[in-house]
Amino acid sequence: MSDTTTAPAAHDAGHGGGGHHEDHTRQYVKIWAILLVLLVISIIGPELGHPMLTLVTAFGIAFVKAYLVIKHFMHLTVEKKYVGFLMLTMLAFMLVFVAGVSPDVMKHSGQRWTNDAAEAVVKKGLAEDGHGGGHDEKKPADVPPPPH
Amino acid sequence: MSAFRPIATTRSATGISTGKLAVWWLIASEIVIFGGVLGSYLMHRLGHPEWASQAAHTNTWAGAFNTLVLLTSSLAAVLAHNAAEMKDGKKAAKYLWLTIAGALIFLVVKSLEWSNEIHHGFTITSHTFWSFYYTAAGIHGLHVIIGAIIMAVIARDAAKGIDLQRVEAVGLYWHFVDIVWIFLFPLLYIAK
Repeated sequence: MSDTTTAPAAHDAGHGGGGHHEDHTRQYVKIWAILLVLLVISIIGPELGHPMLTLVTAFGIAFVKAYLVIKHFMHLTVEKKYVGFLMLTMLAFMLVFVAGVSPDVMKHSGQRWTNDAAEAVVKKGLAEDGHGGGHDEKKPADVPPPPH
Repeated sequence: MSAFRPIATTRSATGISTGKLAVWWLIASEIVIFGGVLGSYLMHRLGHPEWASQAAHTNTWAGAFNTLVLLTSSLAAVLAHNAAEMKDGKKAAKYLWLTIAGALIFLVVKSLEWSNEIHHGFTITSHTFWSFYYTAAGIHGLHVIIGAIIMAVIARDAAKGIDLQRVEAVGLYWHFVDIVWIFLFPLLYIAK
């Protein structure tokens, strides 16, 4: 069996080079410890019941955690630039999709249209909540669209 | 022997080994897949305040524990990459097996969680919230299973010092799976 690794493959990300590689174990463990602290905060924050605090601790921290993983574990910041652009392009596609669809999904009426079925589902679901649905009781809130 | 090995995994025509570039392209396509599912869920969740009563039934502690497991398995994956960079195939394999152990723990917790939820009547057809819940977590779980299988193949070779460059490639995939869960956790378990 010949040599199974190649220099370009093992060090092409620009965070090694020259065949010598340092041991980064401590740095990785440190990042992992930070991620765990962030996880604890993201669990405790929403327990306090403040909507803005929930938004920041649950969702804001998710972005911070993702950034740490992307930067330190995936090494995207030292990867060839076009890889980062490729990822951003995909995220842009996703945002275009959400921007295009969200008015139809999140709103139940517009200038010349109404979504009666969706509105009925929301009303029925909220009414059921008002009557205190039990945890073990299966209460599907979905209802078929109203007859025309 | 070497004539039978695919050169695409080690050849570099773009400044990145072709094998690793393929994984980045895979991740790019996965962003659209998971982005579509999570984006759709988010829009529906914001448009349907009544879903809160359904979301209240998800087990936050199970989700949090699985987040801990995946973050730890990501650490093991990057340590495997670190070992592979130092040409220590045996150590890289050891860390890959630890990553696989994390995947298995994740799947066991998930299956227990799902069993409990299905037992209480929260099935994929009982409510649109649960349709999204099982679809998003199910696709993610499928990625965990696939990742674990690929890692087992790579770990077996890495232990013999074969194709160590693949350790980084599978690690990239695994970190992406971890990132998807980082967003699934608050969306499905915390927003109640």
